[in-house]
Amino acid sequence: MPRHRAAAAAACLLTLLAAPAQAAAAAAPAGAPWWLWPALLFAACFVMGIVAVPAGIGGGTLFVPIVGGFFPFHLDFVRGAGLLVALASALAAAPMLLRGGLASLRLALPLALLASASSIGGALLGLALPVSVVQTALGLIVLGIVALMAVSKKSEFPVVTAPDRLSTALALHGVFVDGATRRRVDWQVHRSATGLVVFLGIGVLAGMFGIGAGWANVPALNLLMGAPLKVSAGTSGLVLSLVDSSAAWVYVNKGAVLPMIAVPSVIGMMLGAKIGARLLDVLKGSVIRRMVIGVLLFAGMRALLKGTGVWP
Amino acid sequence: MMPVEPGALAVEPRSITQPPEQLRYARWLEWGTRFGLALLIVVFLAYGVGLVEPHVPHSRLPEVWNLPVSQFLVATGLPDGWGWLRHAHRGDIANLIGIGLLAGASVLALLALVPLYLRQGNRLYAGLCVAEVAVLLLAASGLLTAGH
Repeated sequence: MPRHRAAAAAACLLTLLAAPAQAAAAAAPAGAPWWLWPALLFAACFVMGIVAVPAGIGGGTLFVPIVGGFFPFHLDFVRGAGLLVALASALAAAPMLLRGGLASLRLALPLALLASASSIGGALLGLALPVSVVQTALGLIVLGIVALMAVSKKSEFPVVTAPDRLSTALALHGVFVDGATRRRVDWQVHRSATGLVVFLGIGVLAGMFGIGAGWANVPALNLLMGAPLKVSAGTSGLVLSLVDSSAAWVYVNKGAVLPMIAVPSVIGMMLGAKIGARLLDVLKGSVIRRMVIGVLLFAGMRALLKGTGVWP
Repeated sequence: MMPVEPGALAVEPRSITQPPEQLRYARWLEWGTRFGLALLIVVFLAYGVGLVEPHVPHSRLPEVWNLPVSQFLVATGLPDGWGWLRHAHRGDIANLIGIGLLAGASVLALLALVPLYLRQGNRLYAGLCVAEVAVLLLAASGLLTAGH
């Protein structure tokens, strides 16, 4: 497919993404049927699922700022649903990635243990703080993600000359066959202790905002610890499946999971992601990524202005 | 099967096998997730089309979904913690069973690894699995509380 047609297709997707959000931004018409918002939510999540895969971000990262900013649901329920969206997507993808060696159980377990413990604290903190504080912090975090997406570099195969003592003790190494080149890739990691500390902080953010944390996991695994990019992305999903499980239980126990919000979101996002994965070859990832950065910038500003009371 | 040298090109992906514990974890996680998602979809469809009576009527949802969770619980008379189990026969609350299965899928997969790690003499990773299960169970227990 020529580039301009791919870009046009991407633009259409983003317009579709914006349409339900715009509709939701308007005041709910009096007497609107109860199913209008869940139907709009399903449509928005379906489109978010399509664009999230080519853009290389988790659906949860798009979900919380967009739904929290433009739908009438309270942020408590949006964060609970966001965690389930990220959890379901991570669980669905993990088995295939594990079998192909693109996710490493040995690498994920120690990181996930610390991150899932701290995510409980993050979830409790998020539910205890005033919503305006969480909304403002969410806006700042989303704007930080935008900056990270815009400037961060990635290293497909980082050079790790020697593993550190901790990664040797934990046997943090593996092997996979790169599907693009059919080359056998052996990998190992370094700076494991720093990585463990970073994942403690990532767990707090994941639990507090319900946005998943692939945007933070991948740079930490790839740029800091030196795991290959594909292993970083796959292992990030595996870590998320454990971190979001513990945070999700906190939201369930607090009553902050409303099925009419959570389930259409999960189903819509997973169906969209299946189409997004098929479009991966025909859509130009960099174009989609730039558009997603634009949408996130808008949603981040909206969360910030909503939290500070400038645009309630 | 012939071993494949590091960096070798034109490698058949199936020639590289992943560690047995990784494959076992993948298998358990896959079945747990499939079962949880299937149940979630079936129960939600029954709830959505009104086959099973919900605790909070559909028409009342727009009044309560914009409330903070603490006020939502008061307005709907729903308990927090595991109290929802008493209402699990209601269409909306029954969805939490599927959600719980998804959130608990990793626990079963982790527990399935412990005997394998112990047989390998890998007490470190057996301990990590048990510790992760303990964290997940602590989160699920509802013992930790906070709120607005």
